[in-house]
Amino acid sequence: MNGLGSYRPGASPLHRAHAGAKLVALAAGMVALLRVSTLPGLAVARGVAVAAYAAGRVPPRAALAQVWPLRWFVLLVGAFQVVVAGWERAVLVVGTLVLAVAAAALVTLTTRVAELLDVLERVLSRLPRVNGARVALLAALGIRAVPVIAGLAVQVREAQQARGLRASPRLWAAPLVVRVLRHADSTGEALAARGIDD
Amino acid sequence: MIQLRGVSHRFGERQVLAGLDLTLTEAKVGVVGANGSGKSTFARMLNGLVLPTEGRVLVDGLDTAREGRAVRRRVGFVFTDPDAQIVMPTVAEDVALGLRGRGLSAAEVARRVGEVLERYGLADRADSPAHLLSGGQKQLLALCSVLVTEPAVLVADEPTTLLDLRNARHVVDLLRSLPQQVVLVSHALEALEDFERVLVLDAGRLVADGPPDSALTAYRDLVSS
Repeated sequence: MNGLGSYRPGASPLHRAHAGAKLVALAAGMVALLRVSTLPGLAVARGVAVAAYAAGRVPPRAALAQVWPLRWFVLLVGAFQVVVAGWERAVLVVGTLVLAVAAAALVTLTTRVAELLDVLERVLSRLPRVNGARVALLAALGIRAVPVIAGLAVQVREAQQARGLRASPRLWAAPLVVRVLRHADSTGEALAARGIDD
Repeated sequence: MIQLRGVSHRFGERQVLAGLDLTLTEAKVGVVGANGSGKSTFARMLNGLVLPTEGRVLVDGLDTAREGRAVRRRVGFVFTDPDAQIVMPTVAEDVALGLRGRGLSAAEVARRVGEVLERYGLADRADSPAHLLSGGQKQLLALCSVLVTEPAVLVADEPTTLLDLRNARHVVDLLRSLPQQVVLVSHALEALEDFERVLVLDAGRLVADGPPDSALTAYRDLVSS
């Protein structure tokens, strides 16, 4: 199953569309989504999202993977809304949340990170006293950090299990923080060696 | 050509390198030494990552202390852990990262990235998530990310330490075949046997320097003494 927001190579119309245009469309879609206040309106938004995923030729399984990580959060928010505002409001809030995440994920599924960074760099470089290239690099490092830290967390947990240590957030977090800092140090050195941000 | 003139380096009170005077003109240079002998500091000096506390390091006449940017464009560096070098989510994007800010067109970047991935057997993984590659493929990616910038010199600091035998041999064979000047720091002595020159460091000092047969014999004697 494709991970949340991981780029899927392809040649669909969405893949070929300019990254800037997709970001503008996403922003417009978000504004429109926030204005949806009725269930029929939400149904229309859902139809648009399904059509967009079809245009991006994203298989249903990969599409589901984009919103699956939200399941517990959605259940929690939905239950709270049912209690305080009723089921109709709950469906609207949860539906809006899921569609917003799905829309953002569709952009990253069909757009290379490098293309998104190019847009970010171009836009930010127009602002005074902002180094667009550096901010884009920071964004890239942030995206890259997710699988790296997840991998380090698994390694630390496995090392503790191998030594027969019981699960403890404190015992787990301290070595993880040390390893993350060491990784950050190595990455900084590697970036300097590659002459990036010289 | 790499020149070290009266180079010493201290980390606080600890003398890491002392009194190095060397001129490296050979295409393939190996560096060996025990842990803590100063090998990695020596390697980092060639790229300007570490600056000498005394003396000068010159690469093709460029001083690493004063012209660091130009030196880094000339000297590529491959680290032991490829995970630390991979920045972008996919293979092709990571290779392309080193070409950003060089004024190349998108078409030229794509051509150079495609060429280097093809040459080193990663073309079919161009759009793969970089973090899902095997250890050997990650080190190949790290190598591609450096070679795409067409450096004149490649410094590799124990690039095979984390690899299995097959991948380690593959990486060493690739390094041997490069047209660039290669400075390889390694514990795998057999990898250096057909290099032109081997430097042996011990406690920050150069204790042997010459063709592999004599230098590696000196190192083996040093280890067993």
